[in-house]
Amino acid sequence: MDSSLLKELQQIVGEQYALSDRASLAVYGYDSTPELESRPGVVLLPACRDEVIRIMGLCAAAGVSVTPRGSGTNLSGGSISHDQGVVIQTSRMNKIIEIDEENLTATVEPGVITSTLHRQVEARGLFYPPDPGSLHISTMGGNVAENSGGLRGLKYGVTADYVMGLETILANGDLLRTGGKVVKDVAGYNLNPLLVSSEGTLGIFTGITVKLIPKPQAKITMLAHFPAMSDAALAVSAIIAAKVIPATLEFLDKVTIKCVEDYAHVGLPLDVDAVLLIEVDGHPVVIAEEAAAVADICQKHRCSFFQTAKNNEEALKLATARRTALSALARLRPTTILEDATVPRSCIAAMLQVIQDAAKKYDVTIGTFGHAGDGNLHPTCLTDERNQDEIKRAHQAFEVIFDAAIAMGGTITGEHGVGLAKKKYLPRLVGESGVRVMRGIKKAFDPQGILNPGKVV
Amino acid sequence: MDEVKLINCMRCGMCLPHCPTYRETFLETASPRGRVALIRKVTEGELDQSERLLDYLSLCLDCQACASACPCGVNAGELVAEFSCDRKGGEGLNFMEDLILRKLVPHPDRLETSLAPLRLYQRTGLQRLVRHLGLLKMFPKPLERMEGLLPTLPARPLRQEIQEITPSVGTERGTIGFFLGCVMSLIFSEASRATIQLLTSLGYKVITPKNQVCCGAPNMLGGDLAGLQTAARTNIEIFAGFDLDFIVTDCGGCGAELKKYGHHSEGAAEAFSAKVRDISEVLALHADELALLLQPLPLKVTYHDPCHIAHCQGIRQEPRQLLKLIPELSYHELEAADACCGSAGTYNIAKPEMADRILQRKLDTIAASGAEVLVTSNPGCLLQLKKGLAEQLPEVRILHLTELLLQSLRPPSSLNPS
Ligand SMILES: Cc1cc2nc3c(=O)[nH]c(=O)nc-3n(C[C@H](O)[C@H](O)[C@H](O)COP(=O)(O)OP(=O)(O)OC[C@H]3O[C@@H](n4cnc5c(N)ncnc54)[C@H](O)[C@@H]3O)c2cc1C
Repeated sequence: MDSSLLKELQQIVGEQYALSDRASLAVYGYDSTPELESRPGVVLLPACRDEVIRIMGLCAAAGVSVTPRGSGTNLSGGSISHDQGVVIQTSRMNKIIEIDEENLTATVEPGVITSTLHRQVEARGLFYPPDPGSLHISTMGGNVAENSGGLRGLKYGVTADYVMGLETILANGDLLRTGGKVVKDVAGYNLNPLLVSSEGTLGIFTGITVKLIPKPQAKITMLAHFPAMSDAALAVSAIIAAKVIPATLEFLDKVTIKCVEDYAHVGLPLDVDAVLLIEVDGHPVVIAEEAAAVADICQKHRCSFFQTAKNNEEALKLATARRTALSALARLRPTTILEDATVPRSCIAAMLQVIQDAAKKYDVTIGTFGHAGDGNLHPTCLTDERNQDEIKRAHQAFEVIFDAAIAMGGTITGEHGVGLAKKKYLPRLVGESGVRVMRGIKKAFDPQGILNPGKVV
Repeated sequence: MDEVKLINCMRCGMCLPHCPTYRETFLETASPRGRVALIRKVTEGELDQSERLLDYLSLCLDCQACASACPCGVNAGELVAEFSCDRKGGEGLNFMEDLILRKLVPHPDRLETSLAPLRLYQRTGLQRLVRHLGLLKMFPKPLERMEGLLPTLPARPLRQEIQEITPSVGTERGTIGFFLGCVMSLIFSEASRATIQLLTSLGYKVITPKNQVCCGAPNMLGGDLAGLQTAARTNIEIFAGFDLDFIVTDCGGCGAELKKYGHHSEGAAEAFSAKVRDISEVLALHADELALLLQPLPLKVTYHDPCHIAHCQGIRQEPRQLLKLIPELSYHELEAADACCGSAGTYNIAKPEMADRILQRKLDTIAASGAEVLVTSNPGCLLQLKKGLAEQLPEVRILHLTELLLQSLRPPSSLNPS
């Protein structure tokens, strides 16, 4: 990194918030994505929008690349910078600027942690539904940039469904305001959805306004075991067909069940093929009916066990298996590759078969859990980065899985984003014209190509 | 350094929100994930052990909140400690470390004698004079801090006062070996007295071997593995001389270390560690009986989880369960109750600025809880929080768990209704 540029950047954020020693740079070269790493030139932690504007201005003039970073928990290599590039970590910009109870919106700085926003709005009887598994550490900026989903996605949608307004710093340092607090707004192109899921390649969010809804009054948690995967999948479809939309409809496959049982001893029988965790929320009278319908459907689809939690404590107990799924799998081997291939709900059983076959063919261990309700599966490969041959086989298995997802009308990534990790697969999904349009958009926003270069397309 | 322990970290970042120093700084170098990566890069030769890097690692409190949060079972705190131990192993101890860790700590008599001038200092009124005149400002900073942390010392260490055998009240149900922590004995002897009384009231005979030595945790902290092993051998041998149901301690730090003896050596050490219990674990075994012995204490109480109890030993329910046994007590859960208070052994002396920031967060949550009494069960936390409360929340009392339970215990005359 050029020393005079470094000096100027230091002056903007203050020396203590401009990290350029070897040790610091070494630990800002990764995020949560396995196998990917780089060595940035400097890491900056600005305190406010103004500092971001000035940083962007300087970097644009110098033609130096900039990668925004929240907490570095994404799973597609999105916050891994160019070697010698500038990283902007937004963590210090963590104020909740406003919770507007009249317009039902919250406006936050990008470094606000997702669960902090949850707590604050829920204390006022309001609700911000997106709840990625990483909610206690992921930032709102990261959630918007990745269009993160969560356990409640089936009923409540994903981050994009809640973003109403954005304040974005463009590659040349200009400020762009899109949307706002109004529900209806058809002035010009709808840029919000474009910026949401832009993975740091179109601009840096410095302000985010999201929609809030009233907090559901109550919820009922249920757990069902199925000896046959196909029955579990049919039950999922039948629940939706019965016009019950659960807030949560999660499942674990056989490999995951075994790992969870070995690790946490929660009493899961090892002869079942699938476990479903189902939660309905809303008005107490309505959810009582819904819960009864769910119970009925699960019984009809030959579940071997069904339980409805009587209170909060029991609900937590029932959710333990799903909550510990990742831990249980991750402990088995040193390296965990967590993917998010997603298929239409009706194809879940077929997709699971593809996953099992691929694991067998390439001789790797893959446990699958995930969001059965919205078809977003997490095939999780347990491997060891020191074993190059096994890693290669794992990638071969995933290639089969992604191709199958595309063939079924699904997608290569339901929530983790493309970043670096899935770049190779994107053209297969969106085709040549898709890539061309995306590149055109990138060019329009960032003609120099300095914002998070190399990601997505 | 065990390579597998390092590569088990999948960098998911689940540890970050639980790490007190990350919460304060947002720096990857001050996070568990970052520390594991730094150590890994050093062992793989990608980074040198620069002073900067060692400085980053030294910010770790070893509170092990990260270990509780880690999906993969990585314990970054322990890895940092091991890394320092390995380094120290190469360098050897310096003069002061040798003096304190080898010549002082393992010898209770010497340790106790070394505190005599302090006791004199407090008792003669010299302390008040020194504080009044602001003379402390002339001491080196760490000494000034140490002085500020010290509560009034008991007249004599408990170890010298207690009988080796305290009989049970009523029918004897079993025998307990009491491991008397150094700091508990020297400073918080009232709490350890309470521990013994609670155990005897529940029908245990309590044996407190006089010749037991420091658990060795300070050695580990100072990177002196050999010192720890000597301490472990001595204690294992001493306690093996009695037929015991449990070995109980009321010091979270000692408990965590004693339970790990088995990791450092085999055989007798494993058997020893298997018997070790925190006092709350044993009391909770007899919760129903204990409830009958307790009388009302209409107090608003909250509980701070010591890292050495919650994170290192996984004990969270028992202390709360015991407090809720006390009739008329209203229990208020503390926000982020299991977040470190910044004491962390000698951390508050070595890293005063960070320790103060972490303490401040804790004090804010205590104030918000509305409690009149703060209960905890580790001497480090007691020291740190006592000082913090005295400065900012003088209306809040702080007690060891067993002290509060003892206050609620019916007088012995009414104990045996039969
Ligand atoms: C254990 C675990 C569970 C997870 N569970 C889920 C889940 O259930 N659902 C889900 O969707 N994801 C999940 N994730 C992935 C990840 O947590 C999300 O992608 C999250 O939104 C990333 O947030 P972050 O703050 O860590 O962002 P980072 O990882 O730091 O950044 C993510 C991307 O956003 C960009 N970015 C960050 N801040 C800004 C900004 N202010 N302006 C513009 N661009 C920005 C970065 O350049 C990068 O491309 C999980 C990850 C882990 C490790």
